[in-house]
Amino acid sequence: MSGQPLQAGNMEQLLEGIWKQNPVFVMALGMCPTLAVTVSAFNALGMGVATTFVLVCSAVLVSLLRHHIPKEVRIATYIVIIATFVTLVDYLIQAVSLGLYEALGAFIQLIVVNCIILGRAEAHAAKNPPLPAMLNALGMGIGFTLGLLALGSVREILGAGKLFGIDLFGAQFQPWVVMVLPPGGFFVLGLWLLFFAWLAKRKEVHHG
Amino acid sequence: MDDSLGQIFIITVLSSNFVLAMFLGLCPFLGVSGKLETAVPMGIATSFVMLVASLCSYALNELLTRFDLEFLRLIAYIVVIASAVQLVEMFMKKYSPALFRALGIYLPLITTNCAVLGVALFQTARGYDLGQSLAFSLGGGMGFSLALILMAGVRERLKLSDMPGVMQGTALSLMLAGLLSLAFMGFGGIGVSR
Amino acid sequence: MSSGSPMNLTPPPVNSLRLVRTLMLVTALCGGLIVAVWQWTQPAIAANKKVVLERSVRALIPQAAEIVEYDASSQGIAPARGEPAEGAIRFYAAYDKDGQLAALAAEGAARGYADTVRVLYGYRPDCECIFGIRVTQMRETPGIGDKIITDAAFLKNFEQLDVSVTQDMKSLYNAVKTVKHGSKQFGWEIDAIAGATITSKAVGRGINDSVQKLLPWLKPHLAQLERKGGTQ
Repeated sequence: MSGQPLQAGNMEQLLEGIWKQNPVFVMALGMCPTLAVTVSAFNALGMGVATTFVLVCSAVLVSLLRHHIPKEVRIATYIVIIATFVTLVDYLIQAVSLGLYEALGAFIQLIVVNCIILGRAEAHAAKNPPLPAMLNALGMGIGFTLGLLALGSVREILGAGKLFGIDLFGAQFQPWVVMVLPPGGFFVLGLWLLFFAWLAKRKEVHHG
Repeated sequence: MDDSLGQIFIITVLSSNFVLAMFLGLCPFLGVSGKLETAVPMGIATSFVMLVASLCSYALNELLTRFDLEFLRLIAYIVVIASAVQLVEMFMKKYSPALFRALGIYLPLITTNCAVLGVALFQTARGYDLGQSLAFSLGGGMGFSLALILMAGVRERLKLSDMPGVMQGTALSLMLAGLLSLAFMGFGGIGVSR
Repeated sequence: MSSGSPMNLTPPPVNSLRLVRTLMLVTALCGGLIVAVWQWTQPAIAANKKVVLERSVRALIPQAAEIVEYDASSQGIAPARGEPAEGAIRFYAAYDKDGQLAALAAEGAARGYADTVRVLYGYRPDCECIFGIRVTQMRETPGIGDKIITDAAFLKNFEQLDVSVTQDMKSLYNAVKTVKHGSKQFGWEIDAIAGATITSKAVGRGINDSVQKLLPWLKPHLAQLERKGGTQ
């Protein structure tokens, strides 16, 4: 991550987080919420949007204040800023949908320790002007949400026969219950990572 | 809730294991579990921080509730945890520098360990009193260490076996974690009231 | 921010006052943001909670036209204000459209297989029994523990669950108890779901813990609740 502000390639900023540096599949970051809340696609989406909100807002604020935060206390300051936006999103979710709030539970507040956010603040937002910082954070957030959705959809389809609550297979479907339980989360994420590693290896072989 | 201390402890170590059932503390779990000799001190350090975090957040919560400042809870918790980790770091640097180097970046990362903040948040959400909170955090730390050590043991043995290249790394660790989680489901119901 | 480079002849002083000032400013800014959003969302959150509660109570007690919240404690019963005080138990009085008491409802909670199982139960003073339950929160295993919501035989347990109180109104005659599937003998027992004993027991324990505390406090003051606005 270079320290110079980027002018060209704001679009690149956005796309980087979605594919090349996808937080879930490539960097394997932020896994606690990934596994815990992805028992359904809707919950996955909710968590993804909430995390993106915190990512973007804290990146913008850190970027705006980047010349005023002394190096010595930067981590502490970033954490306070992130915790603030997490508290905000906690109240916003409660106000909008108590159902989602119940489903996500304590993991909303656990967004504050999601390594992605602190990592972005330290590596990028602190060294770039607000617009690229925002786009980069947005890209990461979208990538994260896509990762969560990939996981949530598979688990919901296999474990409950539904997608976003819509029944797919009818009454005879015997759900593969373990998929919506903790072991299933580990297995499905492991398989996705395996898939992406295989893709990367194939690319290497083709270009090598 | 009226669960007894022993019940809370046993349930948290086994059937409601922080890592394998509640998905807390995964980053260090997957990062530090490569070697047994780093897994053990990491487990101990994290357990200690969890205990301290539990005590401090209980006290903080009482204080914040009395003054109607619940909205500051998250910030207060995370600041306390960050401070506790700093203290542990300084302590370790002074009294055991080799260990400090061995754990490297993972020591300050205990701050962003969901397990530590998770202890504080879950004990508040469940309305545990002081005794229950301590049993919960002790159980949590022990469960985390147990999972970490088991994982490290398996991974060390796996290093000696033939594994396709694609499979190695995080994907493998997750599969292993899934199997461990499945095994721990067998503890389901242990300690729950008759 | 590079300090210490050879071209930089006047490095900025690491002023601890500056550190503290920045931290305080940031904290003040963040604190202000939180307070603002909190105040802005409080009405919506309270309204949401009320809607969810009323929906559950109405599903349990269809005739409910108006629901009034009360808190019961060792000192008696009083209309609810904000959160229940330490040791007090919240219950809900459902009045039909003529202002007569239809039934009462309260919540019980206990640890199940995965996490807390919360149930809302309905109580009728004239039969001194629980006549129905609604599960308001659970994270039990789908297909196994979640049968407590759908299993008709299990729900039948709660059509006339005996929770009668002794003459001196200090305790219940018999504790509510969940027994092994098929071995129910008495009106205060709950027949567990085969294969879902832990979750079934959680429901029983949650209800028992709640009624053991609530009913002895509630029974002496029932007359006040007969008509809407009785304790005002």
